[in-house]
Amino acid sequence: MSDGLLHLAVSLDGAGYHPAAWRDPSARPEELFTAGYWADLTRTAERGLLDFVSFDDAFGIQSSSHLAVDDRTDQVRGRLDATLVAARVAPVTTSIGLVPVATTTYPEPFHLASAIATLDYVSAGRAGWQPRVGARPSDAALVGVRAAPDVDIRLAGDPAAQQAASDFFAEAADTVEVVRRLWDSWEDDAIIKDVPTGRFIDRERLHYIDFTGRFFSVKGPSIVSRPPQGQPVVAALAHSRVPYEFAATSADVVFVTPSGTSDVGRRLDDVTRAEKAVGRTGAPLLRFADLVVYLADTAGEALARKADLDDLAGAEHVSDAATFAGTVDELADQIVAWRDHGLDGFRLRPGVILHDLVAIVDDLVPELQRRGVFRPAYAPGSLRDRLGLPRPPSRYARSA
Amino acid sequence: MTLSKPRKQVILGAHFPGVNNTTVWSDPASGSQVDFDSFVHLAESAERGKFDFFFLAEGLRLREQRGRIHDLDVVGRPDTLAVLSALAAVTTHLGLIGTLNATYHEPYELARQLATLDHLSDGRAGWNVVTSSDAFTGENFRRGGFLDYADRYVRAGEFVRVARELWDSWAEDEIVADRDRGRFVRSGPPGAFAFRGAQFDVRGHFTVPRSPQRFPVVLQAGDSDGGRELAAATADGIFSRHSRPADGQAFFADVKSRLVKYGRSRDELKILPAATFVLGDTPDDAVERAHSIRRQQVSPQTAILLLEQVWNRDLSSYDADGPLPDVDPDVSPTSIIQGRARMWPDPLKTAAEWRQRAEAKGLSIRELVIEVTGRQSFIGTPAQVADAIDEFVQTDCADGVILVPHLTPAGLDDFVERVVPLLQERGSFRTEYETTTLREHLDLPSTARYGTIQPTGATA
Repeated sequence: MSDGLLHLAVSLDGAGYHPAAWRDPSARPEELFTAGYWADLTRTAERGLLDFVSFDDAFGIQSSSHLAVDDRTDQVRGRLDATLVAARVAPVTTSIGLVPVATTTYPEPFHLASAIATLDYVSAGRAGWQPRVGARPSDAALVGVRAAPDVDIRLAGDPAAQQAASDFFAEAADTVEVVRRLWDSWEDDAIIKDVPTGRFIDRERLHYIDFTGRFFSVKGPSIVSRPPQGQPVVAALAHSRVPYEFAATSADVVFVTPSGTSDVGRRLDDVTRAEKAVGRTGAPLLRFADLVVYLADTAGEALARKADLDDLAGAEHVSDAATFAGTVDELADQIVAWRDHGLDGFRLRPGVILHDLVAIVDDLVPELQRRGVFRPAYAPGSLRDRLGLPRPPSRYARSA
Repeated sequence: MTLSKPRKQVILGAHFPGVNNTTVWSDPASGSQVDFDSFVHLAESAERGKFDFFFLAEGLRLREQRGRIHDLDVVGRPDTLAVLSALAAVTTHLGLIGTLNATYHEPYELARQLATLDHLSDGRAGWNVVTSSDAFTGENFRRGGFLDYADRYVRAGEFVRVARELWDSWAEDEIVADRDRGRFVRSGPPGAFAFRGAQFDVRGHFTVPRSPQRFPVVLQAGDSDGGRELAAATADGIFSRHSRPADGQAFFADVKSRLVKYGRSRDELKILPAATFVLGDTPDDAVERAHSIRRQQVSPQTAILLLEQVWNRDLSSYDADGPLPDVDPDVSPTSIIQGRARMWPDPLKTAAEWRQRAEAKGLSIRELVIEVTGRQSFIGTPAQVADAIDEFVQTDCADGVILVPHLTPAGLDDFVERVVPLLQERGSFRTEYETTTLREHLDLPSTARYGTIQPTGATA
């Protein structure tokens, strides 16, 4: 990063990333499906000058098992559509980026492009998108249009699982390609309002995208004119080669999940290798590390908080991302140490949102500011501007 | 002593100006068709006027004529659901109805999005169901133009049924959120559903708890016999095109008479035609303004283009200020227009009538097109327009109107300032919102009764 400052984001899901988070005294579990709850959380994150907030989502209902829908009643079940949540909070915030998760596997790429472009309009240039595959076997039956492989795509040694993973991410890459082409399908100056000729648009500045791939074909152009950022920010979570290569092909930001300080370098090497393997051109991926965080005044208290939640849940909660439990000072130490290995930023997943998000905003952010590694105020501009990504011209624009 | 019937209440909807030549973009007062501020302006005006709802149309492929993207009308608009969700943040009572195509969505996703919108707006979500079967639009979608024209109401009917099954898949008291006993949901897993029909074979678990309205409001836009029957069986309202009294009354009587066979009362389906309006300080002023707006709507280029839609051939060499073409329409089945319905079923007859009319009155192409297309529904002083709309509703031509302003974003402001108070004085329109959800605004029953479409002539 040119200015030496790090990027800081949070991811939000239900009451928090611990399965028992909703039982914490701070939680508001009866409000998880209200606009007021999401508006409060996003405004809190904005008070902390965070780069963006991502809204977690998945195609099907939550389950503790990948292959089946479980029947647990002690965890949060049900989610609102994340893109619409992001759109709902856009008018009540002014600066923070809004990055919903939206599934690539079954939805129409054309609708995804329109929805994220519109999020960019209603937020005046603060939209992003975290594409996610809908790889659970039960997802396919929800739309019933095709059969899905009955495998867990995360199983590294299983050839059927690896084939399925490769197909799901190939489709995701095609989806992002179509979405990006649609965002470019209107040149920035396509609307001319030329009264003498009676023309509202210059049709020469609108473009068919003519995408044909293994999974679908899409003609274009978009029904939405080019969004304020030109290309809203695309971010992808990745833990292994196939999704790293998807991120390297399709995304601007990658979320990685090092297991500890000594693992950071290896994960970043994996990203670099993926960038080389797919022949990425242009700016390298911005590398963010995901961390699940539990904060308290002492390390002992933080560990006890986590242990109490584990007790409530009936098992130790192990996430795909590393867990941090400790003080704000210790977390700041870890963030700086990890950053020194080459990370651009961090996406924190609050264990309990209404406890840990508030601690991030009110305690961690001031500590990082004291250390001179986090911005003292928002600068005006789009989410791309904040991440140091230039606004790209439409790929279809004739060079001037 | 007779008890007088309570006065019928007018339903008012505010239609965001559309992507056709009704919307005037050449006027200096015309603003952006895509910036969120324009949507906020219209929604705030509508809410200030105590309107029932805001209404958005949807197009899924840019229109083409003679193989080229149509460039004369406003185009380039936001996604329906995302913009309605954002509008929920800046309004408190206004219903939010979006047009969404049942051909190019799947019930699971769309039901999820509409239920989300209903939660995020505290019960103000509505859906205007349309279908399309053209392969042209299908080129933008995974499944292409898969739907047979004959199946479009089968799909729409099944789609709505599946959506309602999903909306009803979580029990009202499913979420317990009992911290002490560690129980978030009453039963696991919630939201089970299964449906198998001609169009859909779906099962699983829905992810959105029951929304405030339970069933978001469903409007239906078809006008054919099949469309009317579908509406009578399953819709809460019809977005109709019959904004003239004689047509309106016949349509109203026909559709309402179909309700009984589905066990529904006449009040359970609202007839809501799209309507345009022009206000003036005097009757003459209004007529004059109406004409000048029509001239803005029908530019010389637009006049030629509209004529081409009847003639089905390239007329670009004709002068809009000159006489109509001598050549007859091309009646071959290949249409030069794509992405919109053909409006004139018998082009030879239409062309003959238009030529005769133009000759008799000495009209140019542009003047003729202005006369034969799109005259505003309500033209007059505020008092005249209030009278006419009230009369239209009280005489059962409709239950209300969905007003389409010709200007973005301020085109409704005059109506709100000058006509709404007169409707309120007559006791035909609310002075304050007394209800919270869209269903309640429209006086629809909370426990809705819906049927399954029956073939015409059959009984339930």
